[in-house]
Amino acid sequence: MERSSASLWRKINSRYNMVGNECTNCGKTYFPPRLICKDCGRKSKMQSKKFNGAGEVYSYSKIHVPTEAFKDSAPYTVGIIKLDEGPLVEGHIIDDGKGVNIGMRVKSAFRRMDVDGEEGLIYYHFKFVPE
Amino acid sequence: MSGIIGYGSYVPNHRITVEEIARVWGEDPESIKSGLNIKEKSVPSSDEDAATIAAEAARKAVYHSGIDAKEIGAIYVGSESHPYAVKPTATIVSEAISAGHNLTASDLEFACKAGTAGMQMLMGMTDSNMIKYGMTIGADTSQGRPGDALEYTASAGGAAFIIGKEKKEQIAELITTVSYTSDTPDFWRREGAGFPSHGGRFTGEPGYFRHITKATELLFEKTGMKANDFDYAVFHQPNGKFPILVAKKLGFEMKQIEHGLITPVIGNTYSGASLIGLAATLDHAKPGEKILVTSFGSGAGSDSFAIEVREAIEEKRKRSEKVHEMISKNKVYIDYSNYLKSRGSIKKK
Ligand SMILES: [Zn+2]
Repeated sequence: MERSSASLWRKINSRYNMVGNECTNCGKTYFPPRLICKDCGRKSKMQSKKFNGAGEVYSYSKIHVPTEAFKDSAPYTVGIIKLDEGPLVEGHIIDDGKGVNIGMRVKSAFRRMDVDGEEGLIYYHFKFVPE
Repeated sequence: MSGIIGYGSYVPNHRITVEEIARVWGEDPESIKSGLNIKEKSVPSSDEDAATIAAEAARKAVYHSGIDAKEIGAIYVGSESHPYAVKPTATIVSEAISAGHNLTASDLEFACKAGTAGMQMLMGMTDSNMIKYGMTIGADTSQGRPGDALEYTASAGGAAFIIGKEKKEQIAELITTVSYTSDTPDFWRREGAGFPSHGGRFTGEPGYFRHITKATELLFEKTGMKANDFDYAVFHQPNGKFPILVAKKLGFEMKQIEHGLITPVIGNTYSGASLIGLAATLDHAKPGEKILVTSFGSGAGSDSFAIEVREAIEEKRKRSEKVHEMISKNKVYIDYSNYLKSRGSIKKK
């Protein structure tokens, strides 16, 4: 998978850490960050917020036929996590043999997402692991 | 004097037993288990490497220390399995802990002792007020050639330590350090080679035992302390046997080293080994107690430290994850074919 290092570099903060934002006017949290709050519109007061990544599995699906980048990791699980701090976040969920189920407690981990062949960049990203 | 402000360690969840490896090669597991004093070893998942292990340990260390990561002025990562030949692991770690950009960083390599070499560098940098805090990490995902004796022990894991000068914040003071270094061909890996080589007769006596003994004796001389002045001792642990032998030779008893002897249940984490041993010992230690640590890196050299535990360890303990708990929680046993798959030895076309 070919990608530009420039696009990797721009997104590094939200790939490594769950950096979203919070509207300090109403307390609503967002990931990925939004320019204005859905509820407050022009009254939005947006402030960057780093989520700690703890939450529970909201939905998931097991991928058996992977895309090229993940051919060596199939089958793998992707899902939506409801963070304790509010937002729903999509991500890979590591199934360590005990299965994944709805409501399962997870926390964030720092892992490799994929690599550009033998000589290209390594892409790191947060994933979710059982707590 | 500089000291430890916080620490964290990380060991992957996957384990492979000596029985499972011995089964594949038709060897006797009992003689290997007793010969090396090792039961099982950790194995990284296919999405883990020295950078992810270092980052996980670093995040725990920042949390444990209670400091703002942006105050860290230097990050050193010691490893012999840095994911890139050129592109520092330390930069990946600094971004993963949101340390900001106003810092110096570098990767270090000295076989299994690069993490303690980083600790010595940070002692000098904090004592001289060049930086407020620094972080040193030892992390590895070591590989043994399939069928080689190292395959039973080469494992994955790491630990991170934050060093600073402020006494009130220190969980332990680094009283002093001393090293012993020589050009010894006991173990090496050439650029681009997938697996390390070892120089048979150079690995035990002239390598491990000579360097650890000399460095520890130099520390005794420098501090005027003896084995029984320390409550605990941690030695590099390439297997479960060597550290017990070298401890005895230096006059230590089993009860001084048992808390930090982790290799029998996770294998040799290389750059992580003596630092994870120190972390496990600190998990247990009380204010006023003294710890001796002597690392070893092939090639070869040893760094020895005298450490005294301070009051702040009790207050910070609630934010630490104990090594012994971490390594027994969420453990998953894998078989030899999944072991090869996760090490990238077998791939789909
Ligand atoms: Zn709002």
